[in-house]
Amino acid sequence: MQSTRRTKKIFNTAVVALVGIALLWYFVKIYQGRNFTPSIILQFVLSGLSTGSIYALVALGFVVIHNVTGIINLAQGEFVMLGGMIAIELHKGAHLPLLVAAVLSVLAVTLIGALMERLTIHPARHSPIVTLVIITIGFAFATKGIALLIWGTDPYSLPAFSKGPPLDIFGATITHKQLWIVGVTAVILVGLYFLFERTLLGKALRACAVNRTAARLMGISPERMSLFSFALSAGLGAVGGVVFAPATYITYDMGAPLSVWGFVAAIMGGLVSSPGAVIGGLIMGLLGSLGKGFTVAGLGDAIALLVLFLILFFRPSGIFGARETGREGL
Amino acid sequence: MEQKEKGRDWNQRLNALGVMFLAILVGVIGWVELAQPFGIRFRDFTGGMVTFDTLIRIGILTIVLVGLNLLMGYAGQISLGQAAFYGIGAYTSAIMTTLASRHGVLPGVSRSWWWPWLAILVGMGVTGGFAYLIGRPILRLRGNYLAMATLGLGIIMYILFREGEDFTGGNDGIAGIPRLAIGSFKIWPIERYYFLVWAIALVVIIIALNIVNSRVGRALRSIHGSEVAANTMGVDTAKYKSQVLVLSAVLASLAGSLYAHFQALIAPTPFSFAASVELLVMSVVGGIASIWGAPFGVALIYVVREVLRARLHAILHGAGGEHEMIVYGIVVVVIMIFMPEGLTAGLAKALRRAKRA
Repeated sequence: MQSTRRTKKIFNTAVVALVGIALLWYFVKIYQGRNFTPSIILQFVLSGLSTGSIYALVALGFVVIHNVTGIINLAQGEFVMLGGMIAIELHKGAHLPLLVAAVLSVLAVTLIGALMERLTIHPARHSPIVTLVIITIGFAFATKGIALLIWGTDPYSLPAFSKGPPLDIFGATITHKQLWIVGVTAVILVGLYFLFERTLLGKALRACAVNRTAARLMGISPERMSLFSFALSAGLGAVGGVVFAPATYITYDMGAPLSVWGFVAAIMGGLVSSPGAVIGGLIMGLLGSLGKGFTVAGLGDAIALLVLFLILFFRPSGIFGARETGREGL
Repeated sequence: MEQKEKGRDWNQRLNALGVMFLAILVGVIGWVELAQPFGIRFRDFTGGMVTFDTLIRIGILTIVLVGLNLLMGYAGQISLGQAAFYGIGAYTSAIMTTLASRHGVLPGVSRSWWWPWLAILVGMGVTGGFAYLIGRPILRLRGNYLAMATLGLGIIMYILFREGEDFTGGNDGIAGIPRLAIGSFKIWPIERYYFLVWAIALVVIIIALNIVNSRVGRALRSIHGSEVAANTMGVDTAKYKSQVLVLSAVLASLAGSLYAHFQALIAPTPFSFAASVELLVMSVVGGIASIWGAPFGVALIYVVREVLRARLHAILHGAGGEHEMIVYGIVVVVIMIFMPEGLTAGLAKALRRAKRA
């Protein structure tokens, strides 16, 4: 038993080492082939961080809902799309000031998240988790259809929140739009920390995550916490959409890829911890950006996923995950 | 105890009845289309909404879904990357049957009628081998982590299909895939292909039903119940898990090859992440813990979609693709709320209630 285990370990290490060496060799070769200066690499890092912040916000939404209900909400990316679209509609259609439109949009999507929980998840709350996940997929389809109905296939964008020349950091530049994304994510993370650690509501949410039955015995209503977690996640997604809207174009079909990458980021961070989700998101953003920079654009995501496999190989529960996760999955 | 024996007996009789019923249904529909009694064709029965094209697609995806249900419903291992195995089968068939004859590899052999059949077998072998290789490390993961790993695998394969220009033709895909034939008997037009696909689907269903009611099936269910307990009872969980993954991959590959020869043209889109998600939806809607959930789930989703496509504009004036998407999403949500264990479990419950009454 002991010896087979050791051979297995040696074999595993060998496999990982081989894949790692192959990747490294590939990068070095490309590095020699093109002329990369440190500032170009820094540029990749900066743009990776701003994309990663969006992934982080989506991943945070996954973690909040999963912690309280055990559900993987595959409609999480749709909240980002809705947040961006509604803000654009309010600003350009209803001519509201930019910040007012942004705040109203986040509130509206929060309400949509709560409605989703009451109308689709709550009636089926005693069903197996996988059924609830399929419900979120159905909700995502319907939302995408409604967005297509209202806004069509055109891409929309929001003006920048603040104007000014891009900042120069050691030869690389970062725009105000990107700074807004990174800054807002940081503020949200601090806010969530206070919510979960310092308020009664946050403690109630955490209690639900630890043990539902015990929480119910303490007078906490898991149903209400489930409602609250969906509303909070929807709000987080909408914030992502609002700060993302000036930096890119919002389209009706951007939700599904964001859900996928947010889920990947959340898994990488261990699916239970908020800092883990943010770090997972940033890592995914960085890997994607560096992968795209160093290889053919289309292969960037594949590189990011390969690294994720390596991480899961050593830590089957993600970077911040508990050692043993229950078999209760998706 | 006796009660339990009786229950098993009843189940097996029900399965045999189901297989017979499905076989007769397939035969009758095929006969109607071929003989056209009183000049009525099959599509006239469905108002032109469900055609043979749809029926063949349902048959092909049934094969994939039987494997997926064995993996997810019986062994409890989530896969969000099943479309990758489906794609490997399709691309192996497509590459072997088009590139070999175009570049004159193995002249004479690559133009013979049995070459595509060999390609199907090679595809199944390649996919099975691939699944075996990745199975051991990937199946160490559980729950959502496994879902994530299979999802990543599916995305990587999709990227390879899309970017591997020289072999896979990139976004344009591969065209000119020949039809299947036995000797000089071509399995085409569409009615002949329909019989082939559904014959294979029926055989796959029968094999799966036998697996489920065997020692292996009980071992798989014990893994689903509790892996630790199964291990303690002497079930080699790692072995069974990787075996069922290989089996599901081989079935997906077979279906992929059938799809390639049906379409005669393949592109990366049907093997994307969205396709894997759709397979998951079909599986759960049909009933994940049942072999019969496979044909039910695929048929329901396809029929709903075809009916929406054909009829929605008549009900809602000026309805387009977006309305289809909305109604489809709502239908999925509503089915899941009212039949949380899927269609087959819902039907079985109704049957039992009727039997008791």
